[in-house]
Amino acid sequence: MKYYDKLIFELSRPGRKGYELPADKYETDGIAGIPADLQRTQPLELPEVSELDVVRHYTNLSNKNFGVDTGFYPLGSCTMKYNPKINEEVAAMPEFASLHPLQDEESVQGALELYYNLQKALASIAGLAEFTLNPYAGAHGELTGLMVMRQYHLSRGDNKRTKVIVPDSAHGTNPASAMVAGLEVVEVKSKPNGSIDVEDLKPLLDDTVAGIMMTNPNTLGMFETEIMDIAKLVHDAGGLLYYDGANLNPMLGKVRPGDMGFDIMHINLHKTFSTPHGGGGPGSGPVGVAKHLVDLLPAPHVVKGEDGKFHVEGMKDTSLGSVSSFLGNFGVMMKAYAYILSLGKENLKNVGPMATLNANYIKESLKDDYLLPIEGACKHEFVFDGLKDKSTGVTTLNVAKRLLDYGFHAPTIYFPLLFHESMMIEPTETESLETLDEFIDVMHKVAKEAKENPENLKNAPLTTLISHPDETTAAKKPILSYRQLKASQDA
Amino acid sequence: MSNRYIPHTEEDIKVMLDRIGVESVDDLYCDVPSEVIFKGEYDIPEGMSEPELRRHFRELAEKNRNLKVYAGGGVYDHYSPSVISHLLQRSEFYTAYTPYQPEISQGTLQYIFEYQSMISELTGMEATNASMYDGATAAAEVMFMMVASARKKNRVLVSATMLPQVVAVIKTYAKFHGVDLTVIPEKEGVTDLATMGEALAGGDVAGVILPCPNRYGIVEDFTGVADTIHAAKALMAVYADPSALAVLRTPAEWGADIACGDGQTLGMPMQFGGPYLGFISCTTALLRKMPGRVVGATKDASGKRCFVLTLQAREQHIRREKATSNICSNQSLMALYATIYLSLMGRKGLVEVNKLSADGAHYLYNKLIETGKFEDAFGKPFLKEFTLKTSLDVKELNKKLLEKGIMGPIDLGNGLVEFAVTENRTREDIDELVNIIREA
Repeated sequence: MKYYDKLIFELSRPGRKGYELPADKYETDGIAGIPADLQRTQPLELPEVSELDVVRHYTNLSNKNFGVDTGFYPLGSCTMKYNPKINEEVAAMPEFASLHPLQDEESVQGALELYYNLQKALASIAGLAEFTLNPYAGAHGELTGLMVMRQYHLSRGDNKRTKVIVPDSAHGTNPASAMVAGLEVVEVKSKPNGSIDVEDLKPLLDDTVAGIMMTNPNTLGMFETEIMDIAKLVHDAGGLLYYDGANLNPMLGKVRPGDMGFDIMHINLHKTFSTPHGGGGPGSGPVGVAKHLVDLLPAPHVVKGEDGKFHVEGMKDTSLGSVSSFLGNFGVMMKAYAYILSLGKENLKNVGPMATLNANYIKESLKDDYLLPIEGACKHEFVFDGLKDKSTGVTTLNVAKRLLDYGFHAPTIYFPLLFHESMMIEPTETESLETLDEFIDVMHKVAKEAKENPENLKNAPLTTLISHPDETTAAKKPILSYRQLKASQDA
Repeated sequence: MSNRYIPHTEEDIKVMLDRIGVESVDDLYCDVPSEVIFKGEYDIPEGMSEPELRRHFRELAEKNRNLKVYAGGGVYDHYSPSVISHLLQRSEFYTAYTPYQPEISQGTLQYIFEYQSMISELTGMEATNASMYDGATAAAEVMFMMVASARKKNRVLVSATMLPQVVAVIKTYAKFHGVDLTVIPEKEGVTDLATMGEALAGGDVAGVILPCPNRYGIVEDFTGVADTIHAAKALMAVYADPSALAVLRTPAEWGADIACGDGQTLGMPMQFGGPYLGFISCTTALLRKMPGRVVGATKDASGKRCFVLTLQAREQHIRREKATSNICSNQSLMALYATIYLSLMGRKGLVEVNKLSADGAHYLYNKLIETGKFEDAFGKPFLKEFTLKTSLDVKELNKKLLEKGIMGPIDLGNGLVEFAVTENRTREDIDELVNIIREA
């Protein structure tokens, strides 16, 4: 296929158009009533293109992308499972898509019923009392959850609790969310096996601690076996436990965060509940809480009345406030709800075990060639510390880029920061044995190439549409729009 | 174990367990204390086949009503070209992750670049990020941007004429982050600029956020405002409807340093509140304080033009607790939505959308005034949305309209009602609405 590299602006021809609107039958001029100095005079350079131009252009762009539907996506910590098509179909139903968020409750009972049922389903899956579906993404859920944590202490007049404990292995979003929520971050050390060092934790737990943020399994895919001790220590010190739902997938059917003592958590519907990542979003990051925190949740919330009707509940005095314009990313919730109903209680509980089985299968199949720093059963993901044979100088980045040549997405690389050559692999439960075997074969092949022809490997990727983009110049002299691009070409 | 989304046969499982060297899948959870192993059942229904699922959603759908919408309040029933939903269903777009591997993500990276270009055109500003969650959270991030840029100043002003849901989110963020937020009162439907000036004179203000149009649909006059704000060494942000910027004076023309807002008006389905997108644009001087992802143009090793995520040193995954924002992703697919919409409409189409909406709104305005039951609340210029004062019982009116399949105006309390008209309404629709109201 021909290499396509036009920008939509470069297809523009004066006078061409891609729309048709009804004739204006009003005998009024609405814009004339606006004083001239409140009107735009600045030029507006949008493309002038036909409908077919637009369709071909974006179809051609889509061909330059790799998605879950293209191939295996072993991206650690991102849970790139299959995105079922029926979910897309139902979410596009006009009976939902055409609802204004401020419509009268009577006219949106179906939407509210779905919303309410999803709140309840997530609570049951999490082992918590109640969920808010307002947050738009995982990071937004984290922020909301930490606001719940702070609101809890503030509502009790315990104003000195301004610190939150975060493991040094945590994703950067955790400390960043804490900062935004007005909390000071205190790091707790990890042991060599990646789990929290309980002895290091104990002295940190004083009366200025609001709580702790954790994932379980942790960033290395290993279950925190001392979780019940940690929960008791934190609770005894007056703190709350926050569960980062990034790693919830292997827990489905096996462990509920609420049962491990967590008070607050967020779920990424775009990970565990199969909604598409959309090239970065939209996602959805519902937040669940234990019973004693329910009244602190943000508004709006959906409740079921005694008459069986569903109502949007406004702001309570105890609520932390609002974090979203309306009810959240409803279109995303519809897909997650469809997924939960498709699997049902009997299949949803197999998700965690099969995701874990897949991860362990890859790990055990590759540990001869790749350095496995931590032995033992992982959960949904695991981390290699690069190739076992480091003498060739082939890095994790080289391996990742070579995988692109072989038609796989790269794993998550150089995270977690605990190892120099981290390569984090998460296959998810939706991949078949045959796909895993193909991936394993290629990984072996790459390890072999590293021995036999390391210089070739260091130039990877070798067959992708573009390779080795100049990221340094991109950051030094940012070109962020077509207008700036033209100016740089003219210069 | 096998299900349409879980492919494992009994035989597969056996092969895999053998390789791993354990007896059962449960053995992979032997490190989990037995007291926390979940032994119950989830309180959800049994799995549905696809026909059953379709039927279930159909039943839910029948409990909703699609109405002829005459309300706005930040969300508008604009026309959505058919092309967009078709192209968004290209699964190479929607099943992709964030474009961390530029070699196999040029599709996503390029449309984000195009999106940034188009939003920068609309706002008139030099730089735009890859998008935020929604308008309200974008405005809250702008507040952080202002405080981060001002170093020692921690006070931000927002106008009371901003959309209430936007002010509510800004307030929540300010409360927890410890920003000193002051709401500038309104006067006759617009921002009380005299009070703003007094607040600025205190010398402790980092920035001011103002709306265009405002919560009443009014196009406010900000003549001289940028000078006042800049004289106090503060930043000016305009929260704008991006569609309306095709015809209204732009944030850049007002002298603003930052523009933000919600992209829903760019033809996005109302979808009961989301997903939409938030946008932030700013001057080059503020570029490195802007939150969120940014895509830049560059060249690859063979000289081909390509696109990459850039300026990542600002972001949370590098700066951790020193970042000024915790945002990770963008609303990428909705950015694609906006990009395709703006490609199809172009400048002329967008101007036409505004003209049809504004003409319809002014037509409705005139007809409602003629009924004798309404008077203009503020007498200020408006585009597609306007606020009237009425002696009618608004709840009763809206109930009556609902029976006829119409979403009436937003009830702002104290007899104030707010109507919006888009190009999706016709003159005949409006005549029908006015006839019902006349009889009310």
